[in-house]
Amino acid sequence: MIRLSMVLIFSAILFATGVYGVLARRNAVLVLMSIELMLNAVNVNLVAFAQHLQEITGQVFALFVITVAAAEVGIGLAIVILIYRNRETINVDEVNLLKW
Amino acid sequence: MTALEIAFVVVAVAGVIGAFRVVTARNVVHAALYLVITLSATAGVYLLLAAEFLAWVQILIYVGAIVILFLFGLMLTKAPIGREALDNQRRGVAFLVGAAILAGLIYLVVDAFGWDETRLDPIQGTATEVGGSIFSRFVLPFEAISFLLLAALIGAIVLSRKDDPVVRERKERRA
Repeated sequence: MIRLSMVLIFSAILFATGVYGVLARRNAVLVLMSIELMLNAVNVNLVAFAQHLQEITGQVFALFVITVAAAEVGIGLAIVILIYRNRETINVDEVNLLKW
Repeated sequence: MTALEIAFVVVAVAGVIGAFRVVTARNVVHAALYLVITLSATAGVYLLLAAEFLAWVQILIYVGAIVILFLFGLMLTKAPIGREALDNQRRGVAFLVGAAILAGLIYLVVDAFGWDETRLDPIQGTATEVGGSIFSRFVLPFEAISFLLLAALIGAIVLSRKDDPVVRERKERRA
């Protein structure tokens, strides 16, 4: 049987990689991809604990997280394409109108 | 190590390598394709954890729909090639933050659950089980999330409409 810690460490590595990607990338689409990595790590955790606690609820919530991720990517890419149409760049460090 | 654990390690290593390549790839399309590897490996992990329905949903929604959406996003925006163009200048700080989070999480996980003590005895996550749970205990969250998805899709269509009057006016003013 699989050790719980192994699954949790796999998810921790995915999450940390996603954090690095969000902080280090400047292309908005790549930032969105890193966010997907982080959401995926959360899903792995939900499933692992669902099996640990012998309870199906965790898997149901993983499904909800997948739905929210799909909605987020749809809206996010629409915003990215709109920014590209207006500014001709999608580098997140050049879109700083709302920065103080 | 049991055979199941060896299978898990193989799948997890593939997923982690894919994830590293997603955040370091020099070409945006390669990053999207490496994301496919990571997402498929996650589906494999779900299968090994007996979460069967979720594994197929992961393949269908993530690999089938979200990655395609990413590829369309990349095709509609011009992306340069090369790390300098895709990364910002604070890669070192980002690496430190990521490493700190990883170290903290691993410490907490091993501290809380030990290494050998906790082993998973999976319950079957078939479509029957998951569907039964959704439509008995989680009907209201399910409806709410359906509505959220509908709102997000309509919002995305409205945002990316080509004949947006505001955008057209700005283009005309610029020209």
